[in-house]
Amino acid sequence: MNANGETIIEVNHLVRRFGDRAVLDDISFNVHRGDTLVIMGGSGCGKSTLLRHMIGSMKPTSGSVKLFGEEVTGMSEREIERVRLRFGMLFQSGALLASLTVGENVALPLLQHTDKSPDQIEEIVKQKLQMVGLTGFEDLRPDEISGGMKKRVGLARALALDPELLFSDEPTSGLDPIMTAVVDELTLNLTKGTHMTAVVVSHDMTSAFRIATRMIMLGHGSIVAQGTPDEIRNSPNPEVQQFIHGKPDGPIPLNLSQDEHEHHQYVKPRPFAWARGRFHGRTR
Amino acid sequence: MKNYLLLNLSILYWIFIAPFKGQFFKIAPIFRQMVFIGVRAAPMVALTAFSVGVTLAMQAAHSLESLGAQIYIPDLVMLTLLREMGPVLIAVIVIGRSGSAVAAELGTMKVSEEIEALEVMAINPVQYLVVPRVFAMLVMLPALTIFGNYIGILGGWAVCRYALDFNTAGYVLRALESAETWDLYSGMIKSVVFAWLIITIACNAGLNVEGGAEGVGQSTTASVVESLLAMLVMNAILTGIFFFSA
Ligand SMILES: Nc1ncnc2c1ncn2[C@@H]1O[C@H](COP(=O)(O)OP(=O)(O)OP(=O)(O)O)[C@@H](O)[C@H]1O
Ligand SMILES: [Mg+2]
Repeated sequence: MNANGETIIEVNHLVRRFGDRAVLDDISFNVHRGDTLVIMGGSGCGKSTLLRHMIGSMKPTSGSVKLFGEEVTGMSEREIERVRLRFGMLFQSGALLASLTVGENVALPLLQHTDKSPDQIEEIVKQKLQMVGLTGFEDLRPDEISGGMKKRVGLARALALDPELLFSDEPTSGLDPIMTAVVDELTLNLTKGTHMTAVVVSHDMTSAFRIATRMIMLGHGSIVAQGTPDEIRNSPNPEVQQFIHGKPDGPIPLNLSQDEHEHHQYVKPRPFAWARGRFHGRTR
Repeated sequence: MKNYLLLNLSILYWIFIAPFKGQFFKIAPIFRQMVFIGVRAAPMVALTAFSVGVTLAMQAAHSLESLGAQIYIPDLVMLTLLREMGPVLIAVIVIGRSGSAVAAELGTMKVSEEIEALEVMAINPVQYLVVPRVFAMLVMLPALTIFGNYIGILGGWAVCRYALDFNTAGYVLRALESAETWDLYSGMIKSVVFAWLIITIACNAGLNVEGGAEGVGQSTTASVVESLLAMLVMNAILTGIFFFSA
């Protein structure tokens, strides 16, 4: 949609292996300012891993990731901190600090990176929590709120510094349809209103088609399909059709046997596996 | 090992270099950790030190009686506590109570992606999590050691006063006469060194946990064992330097 806008993210020939298994195998795409890129794909296909490479918290086996025109893969901690101040990230688990309250979690980036007064910070925290529908929850601890609420607090925290770029890993999973709509609306407002760029991992097709300006579907480590929501909806690719319509039968294998699974999955060699086998053999 | 050395360098950077670049450490989290690491360990330290003081006095009474040298009981209690038992035993308590707690806490944060989240928010985990704990430990372990020394001496006094023919003044005078300031300082130097070892080993174990709750447990146990070994070996080295080389 914004094909002429400034390029915010450039991923080029990104490869990541765990052991022998390439979870990401030669991934390339660009994201432009104001775009909302939705990344889809089956569970375990590497969406969170792709996100982790984009935010510089995992180093690729090979390939490059550029944020705001700067290569992040080779950056030192110090350099990458400067880039990280410009984006926010919502983790799949929320990743709230368990020792802080909800309010303190949202205030954390503000306390660390701005000179705002405590009153101003309190005001901003209130406002961000209100945006995600959590007014009045400031003083609860993360273990006192539900999974969906943690997600939303994580989103409020990711937005605390008004980032130019937002990564969110399944922001709407675990939310009811109304809250999903609220979060989608929020993403839309931010991308339309402030030209924020968003990269959203989502399984929820209604939500995905509501917010996306571009979509990517991952599978077997590479990009199965990419394009505008319309292009994806009308894609002739049977895998895409199966996925967006949630059909149980189709080209995507459903029941991997243990063997096939291990073949697909890198399993960390367990120390003393042979000994464990013997032990079980003898006791049973 | 490489991780451990890097962590040490990084802590030194945040303590000695970063403040001159305008990145001061915050005071409030240090106090919070001091309460957590130090103040809450005080009752256990007191009980341990008192028992040790009592035991030392009884053993001394038993051995010195045959020599007719019971007058030296306070000397023995005092010197053993100040030079060896105080720093070592209180470090053992703090390893078991606070070192393990720090390793488990940071380990849990690691497996629940909290550390990664901090990094992504451009907050350095060493600066934010480790440095306050290092300061707290460096202050609290020596403080607890002094506190423990007092309680231990009190234990020795209890035995001398109520079970042997000492009066309070005699005990106090004898104890003070025997000890030199160096005995106290050497113990303090030891406990500062132990504090550094304990907290860096605990933090390193926590930050490098892999693989879920099981990993947290394993790392915590490993950190306790490593701290104990490192502390005892270091104690032997320091005793060698302080009392054996001159
Ligand atoms: N640190 C790691 N070590 C080894 N393998 C890993 C590691 N992290 C991820 N993987 C593997 O990479 C694959 C992709 O994981 P990832 O978390 O990216 O999936 P996902 O697409 O986000 O799935 P979901 O939709 O369930 O969140 C998984 O098969 C996982 O086993
Ligand atoms: Mg994921």
